Amino acid sequence: MAHLLAGGGGGRGKQQATTTGGGSSGAKGDHGGHQIGVSSASREGLRYPSNGKTIYHRPLNRSKTAELSQASFAYLFSEMVSYAQRRVTGIQDLEKRLNLQGHPIGLKLLDLLLIREPARNQTRPLNIISLLHFIKINVWQHLFGRQADRLEKSLNLETPDDYMIYDNEPLVNAYISVPREMSHLNCAAYVAGIIEGVCDGGGFPARVTAHTVGGKEEGEMWPGKTVFLVKFQAEVLEREALIGKG
Amino acid sequence: MSYYFAIIGTQDNPLFEYEFGTSKQGGDGQSRFTDQARHLNQFILHSSLDIVEEVQWTTGQLYLKAIDRFFNNYISCFMTGGSIKFLLLHQPPTSAILSVPSTRNSTSIGANPTSPQTEEAIKNFFTEVYENYVKAIMSPFYKVNMEIKNPVFRSRVAAAGRKYL
Repeated sequence: MAHLLAGGGGGRGKQQATTTGGGSSGAKGDHGGHQIGVSSASREGLRYPSNGKTIYHRPLNRSKTAELSQASFAYLFSEMVSYAQRRVTGIQDLEKRLNLQGHPIGLKLLDLLLIREPARNQTRPLNIISLLHFIKINVWQHLFGRQADRLEKSLNLETPDDYMIYDNEPLVNAYISVPREMSHLNCAAYVAGIIEGVCDGGGFPARVTAHTVGGKEEGEMWPGKTVFLVKFQAEVLEREALIGKG
Repeated sequence: MSYYFAIIGTQDNPLFEYEFGTSKQGGDGQSRFTDQARHLNQFILHSSLDIVEEVQWTTGQLYLKAIDRFFNNYISCFMTGGSIKFLLLHQPPTSAILSVPSTRNSTSIGANPTSPQTEEAIKNFFTEVYENYVKAIMSPFYKVNMEIKNPVFRSRVAAAGRKYL
């Protein structure tokens, strides 16, 4: 279900496989693997895969059906959560760490999704609304295979510039049961980190947090419903006002 | 025609730089910057960053075209989604124009830095570099604003330069 970054798992696994294949065929084969790129790279001390294919030789586009298994993602994610859980002082700290794990993905995802757009649609989001639409539609479609469920602007008069992205059933939480004493924890903080990365990369610095809003009652339709609260920094709102005028 | 290309990160830090000359019209692909100009190029390029920041909010296009000029140096800019700037300084040859017949020169990319043909050629160059840049950042070991040292990336940029400029 979950699409991760293009250069991620599958690709490198293949490269590794070919390298080990070369090694097992004996010293001679291993030497052959070294030859490629020796002239330019020997002083860098880098090793190149024996087939000579680097990340630059791989296409950026991938077919629509290329999806990753949800089970393997869930397994990886559970490890990521327990990794983040080491030496944390509290739930906020844990969410912060999950957020930090997602952040670099968001930064890179923005460029990847832009380059996959057809040339005429390749535009940087210039205002908050187009940025959030990009997240709701493109980012969600890429990561989870569907759009986010709702996009809202805060009705609270004290925080008029907060935006909310709703997901009824976050994919990352599918196999996570939060213990009672940690009931405030929402592991979708990782997704919040990705959103934050997209915002930061696009020039809209923001803080994004994930909160569970689903009811606890019996028969609740979306018990795992999560809201991603996007708080843009003051300078973004200031610029937004200026651009709107001009 | 000489070119100086640089990728500038979000903290106005250089990530990559490359200097080359035109390969069109029998050019040998070598830049013709004087030693003095070479240091100046970096200043000129970075001084145009202020203008980039103004222009970037007026259009959502990635390619911002020629945004600045300093005497005979023209600066074209391309801005990625992640606010990384690709800047290309191009310097049409002043002396060479006189020595080459004008009929040939009028169609060459170098002669007229603001013509649509030049804009298009530079756009193609940027697009190809962008594709390779995105591949570079797809590496899980690459963090945003890290210097790009990969020799394959450098050769790809050089190939794009030979192909389009």
